[in-house]
Amino acid sequence: MDSLKIICPNGHLGFAPLKVDSFRLGVAANPDFIAADSGSDDIGPVPLGNDTCASPRAWQEHDLEVMLLAARETGKPMIIGSAGDTGTNSRVDMYVEIIRELAKKHDLAPFKLGWFYSEVDKEKVRAKMRSGSPIRGLDARPDLDEAELDATSRIVAMAGVHPFMKLLEDGCDVIIGGRSSDSAIFAAAALSKGYPEAESYYLGKVLECASFCAEPYGAKETVMGTITRDWVEVTAMNPAQRCTIASVAGHAMYERSNPFHEYVAGGLLDMTNCHYEQVAEKTTRVTGMTFVPAEEFRVKLEGSGKLGERFVGMAGIRDPYTVAHVDEVIEWARTQVRERFGDSGYELHYNVFGRNGIMGDMEPLKDKPAHELLIVVQGVAPTREMAEELTMTGTRQLFYARLPDVKGTAGGVSFVFDEVMPASPGYRWTLNHTMAVDDPLELFPTHSEIVGVQVLENA
Amino acid sequence: MMATKKLSDLAKTIRSKNAGTDKITFDVIFRERDTYEMVKRSRALTRETMADLFKISGNRITDFVEYDPANAIKFTILRDRPSGSPGDPDIFGAQQYAPLLDVEVPIEA
Repeated sequence: MDSLKIICPNGHLGFAPLKVDSFRLGVAANPDFIAADSGSDDIGPVPLGNDTCASPRAWQEHDLEVMLLAARETGKPMIIGSAGDTGTNSRVDMYVEIIRELAKKHDLAPFKLGWFYSEVDKEKVRAKMRSGSPIRGLDARPDLDEAELDATSRIVAMAGVHPFMKLLEDGCDVIIGGRSSDSAIFAAAALSKGYPEAESYYLGKVLECASFCAEPYGAKETVMGTITRDWVEVTAMNPAQRCTIASVAGHAMYERSNPFHEYVAGGLLDMTNCHYEQVAEKTTRVTGMTFVPAEEFRVKLEGSGKLGERFVGMAGIRDPYTVAHVDEVIEWARTQVRERFGDSGYELHYNVFGRNGIMGDMEPLKDKPAHELLIVVQGVAPTREMAEELTMTGTRQLFYARLPDVKGTAGGVSFVFDEVMPASPGYRWTLNHTMAVDDPLELFPTHSEIVGVQVLENA
Repeated sequence: MMATKKLSDLAKTIRSKNAGTDKITFDVIFRERDTYEMVKRSRALTRETMADLFKISGNRITDFVEYDPANAIKFTILRDRPSGSPGDPDIFGAQQYAPLLDVEVPIEA
């Protein structure tokens, strides 16, 4: 095959539904694969720790249905990575179940469904550490120690191309992946057809976020990538969008600290000498990428640890004197919490919107508060009962803060409701590390089955 | 005194976004090569000016790159705690770019 085409309709399948019109145009362009990434660590540590999705199941079913029907009609493989936001085992199982249900609902002819898992048992990580193989920290984190491992609720490993390629070799028509490098989902398809590593990984890199590599801005629109042995091209499918030199080169630096390098399990995509050329109105061609295989096969691990149950309260301030002394108001409430619960064993956070609620200490204008403020209070504690009372105390006591010169003495803050609201439990990212493995498939067991209605031939 | 323009009037895109769980990356992208080169020469955007603007120590800036293929200046900072920890108001890191909009860039005659 001289060239291979992949369409990608969504950059985080399920987070918001794909746009059907540009997807149809993509399907009409006769791609060889239909693929999308469904995961992200952008959504914070709660979904991984809590083993939940970030979005309604209906949105995920929508995208899987649109993609599956197109894939089965055209007979082209469909590949999904990082199922259900986090790629935990339960999310993979959920996607596999959705595919089975869709096959039944639409009376689809039999096809081969493959999937792989990527959750990692804590004890496997502990054994690795104790055997003298350090779990190395990324982004200025120290190497993992056992205390931090003990504080972790759930771990996923980030798959490279290997489990996807194994399932493609097994003849799977539909693949549901556990947690995966975004680019690996697409690179695996190209590598399985014999394309070179550099071009294959770049193809994945540019397709992973769908229309984010096009302009003008418009998310959830389909783009198509084409690979040959010599170049990668990317084309916007939405009639209003184009893939330009600026939009494609600009995308190379999206969401990563360095625009030249993309690390994947097994190596590094180097984009330092990439050359971009506008070859058609909606198409940009990229050349000059290289791939540097890793000397040691290391897999990235993501881990989330539970801090406790969480409630949220809110309070508004309009009095200018109180606005000017909001820190004293918060300190009053903190003091009341300390008198009830002591100094430790919980977390209590105040974000003051209208002053520096979004940027905290990085806010250059934090000495210039707005004329009204909103204080968002979060309390995290070992039990729901304590979290509720903690947050209630930390919110209600804002009402009673004693400022010496305040004129209004009937109540120091406004309440939209004088209650506190249950929120998801509090989690934090505990692992952003890498672990050495001997076998690229070691952490990613694969499975497959035939699904779909058995059609009786010429009955 | 040299005339200045706000960065928001010169750049096509000014954005911030998570780069993993522990970093936020900032992209300033220009439409024209000339404008990009002028801003580079002005030294209005450097590690030092960005550390000043965001009131952080210079060693929290892990990368600072002038990226010619995209006419873009890009830098990345370490978060003070991982994204989505309780109390973090910007899980995606998507609203941290705002102070860049008002950066004054000296304009060459």
